[in-house]
Amino acid sequence: MERFLDALLLSAGYNSALVAIGAALLGFAAGACGTFMFLRKRALVSDALAHATLPGIGLAFIVMVAFGGDGRNLVGLLLGSAITAGLGVLVVDWIVSRTRLAEDAAIGAVLSVFFGLGVVLLTVIQTMSAGRQAGLESFLLGSTAGMLFQDAVFIAVGGALAVAFTWALRRPMTLVSFDADYAAASGYNVRFVDIAIMGLVLAITVIGLKLVGLILIVALLIIPPVTARFWTERATAMIWIAGAAGSVSGYIGTAISASAPALPTGPIIVLVCAALMLVSLLFAPRRGVLAAALQFYRFQRRVHLRQGLLALARQEPIHDRMTLSVLRKAGLIRRDGVPTEAGRAQAAKALLDEQRWAMVRRLHADTTRAGSYDGVTPIEKVLTRDEIAEIDRRLGPPQEVTA
Amino acid sequence: MGSEFVQLSLTPLLIGILASIACALPGTFLLLRREALISDAIGHVTLPGIVVSFLFTGVVAAWPMMIGAGAAALVAVALIEAVKRLGNIESGAAMGVVFTALFAGGVLLLEQTDTSGVHLDVQHALMGNLESLVWLAGRDWSALTDPAALAKLPDELVRLAVVCVFVVALTIAFWRPLKIATFDEAFARTVGIPTRLLSLGLVMTAAVAAVAAFDAVGVCIVIAMFICPPAAARLMSDRLEVNLLWTVAFATLSAVLGYVLAGYGPLWLGGSHSVSAAGMIATVSGIILALTALFGPCRTRTGEAAAT
Repeated sequence: MERFLDALLLSAGYNSALVAIGAALLGFAAGACGTFMFLRKRALVSDALAHATLPGIGLAFIVMVAFGGDGRNLVGLLLGSAITAGLGVLVVDWIVSRTRLAEDAAIGAVLSVFFGLGVVLLTVIQTMSAGRQAGLESFLLGSTAGMLFQDAVFIAVGGALAVAFTWALRRPMTLVSFDADYAAASGYNVRFVDIAIMGLVLAITVIGLKLVGLILIVALLIIPPVTARFWTERATAMIWIAGAAGSVSGYIGTAISASAPALPTGPIIVLVCAALMLVSLLFAPRRGVLAAALQFYRFQRRVHLRQGLLALARQEPIHDRMTLSVLRKAGLIRRDGVPTEAGRAQAAKALLDEQRWAMVRRLHADTTRAGSYDGVTPIEKVLTRDEIAEIDRRLGPPQEVTA
Repeated sequence: MGSEFVQLSLTPLLIGILASIACALPGTFLLLRREALISDAIGHVTLPGIVVSFLFTGVVAAWPMMIGAGAAALVAVALIEAVKRLGNIESGAAMGVVFTALFAGGVLLLEQTDTSGVHLDVQHALMGNLESLVWLAGRDWSALTDPAALAKLPDELVRLAVVCVFVVALTIAFWRPLKIATFDEAFARTVGIPTRLLSLGLVMTAAVAAVAAFDAVGVCIVIAMFICPPAAARLMSDRLEVNLLWTVAFATLSAVLGYVLAGYGPLWLGGSHSVSAAGMIATVSGIILALTALFGPCRTRTGEAAAT
């Protein structure tokens, strides 16, 4: 616990502070850039893309060694990974547009085949004399703890650029995500915007590859936007919320993993990210499960209250247990089911409201007015006082409720 | 084709073929139902399933692992459904959330448990070790009739054979309901086919096939076999029966060609070491898919070719 707090306060040593900041930056960039991938309903393209980086890493290593280089040059490896990942995305696009195969099949085929090819290349490298201790496997699961200062700077600069691009292109990307046809009609080049979205995701994947590995970077691209979706209806707000969710996951995740041995950083970050998502799914104010349940309960109560009042007014017996309990709790009936003074008053009002509505629905049968009747909303919320007076004139004098 | 072949190559080759077919058959239906990526999710969640079952039983045994991974697949499917419904999230993102989180959990558990001396590690899980499943007792072709030698066949072969027969039998037994439910789910429901149960059964069968194959050949071949041969077959024929035959043919071809290329390809090119057979099988299946995408007789959408 102490070590966790130390790590959280960046006082657990230079290296863990560096890793925490780096992971937080990466989380922010991944969340922000993944947002439009999610809104475009292509979240899993990032999965294909991440897996397609592996052969690029292998090929880059082989090429660099063949030209007498070190083979472990990070820039070269990342360049290679970007090339094959880009190729993978193009292949997905080609399969979807040129064959009858659906997008999910294209994504699955590309991710598994490119990954298989990557595995083949890794075994080739293992047999090369220069490749005995290449450590390229660390790209599979990442090696967060081994982050160097220059890696952190690389993430910071690259991530900031990617976020800046996301922000700059947010309008066209939002438009294309929600209504591609409309975007095309208003003069946007949909294909170009799609390529920009993919390009951003590609950049994040390459940047994050060394940190959390190709399998887990997918999580950082997908989960924060899903988390953010629960909290807002606005695309621009989603960028920031997703970024915040990603960076909190990165930061807390590294702190947790620094607090005990054998807690690999990448998976912990992903699990923290998933936990945030779960909390949002359950407790988000409008779209959360709890909020929805509460809303349903309130609506149910209103319906039962209204129907109960109408039954009272019409002197019909009430048998439904929930109706009885709702009425009793509102102090409208006594324990033995006899309406109280307040109950009679409200019943009369409900009956009048119902009669007014019936009149409205007859008068405005062909307009939206009639459609706004849901059996719960009081008529005062829909019509003006003058309109109600007119309805009342047509209804005639009030009749006494004989309860 | 001497004794060396029997000893070193026969069993891995057979295992590769059986694994490919066992995965490709359920893959055909998943693909047609546009649920191809369920196999990706299943492929990833077998890892936590296997680790959890190892933690419970303490042994690396086949059947507990299969049960563990099957349970993990069920959990994953349930979670995906929950995120989709409760959160109103589209299915791709829901899938991505669930399987990456479960996979991360699996990696964490793997690192947490003491796996020294146990052949359970991430790299093996991803890449498989098809090459090492040799049959040392099979000194000669005559060993095929020798009960003592046959008893020493790798467990993986026996298990995969059982699973493969199981998958084929299920496909035949449920042929009609599967076919109807795949092409017209609403109609299937009106004629009284329990479609939800059927699709759950399909996912479970896929999970069992995935685990059996995963144990022997790693996750990378599993996902490739689930998707590539059925996808290639889809570009070859419009009839489901023919489609299925193509699937089996492509799966077998990928396994054989991939294994041979991995084992002997580098030697032909002047190298001295073989490369990953599982990776090569996946690669070959991709090449087959690429060829059918370029030249397959049914590669375009119906109606589209006439329109353009």
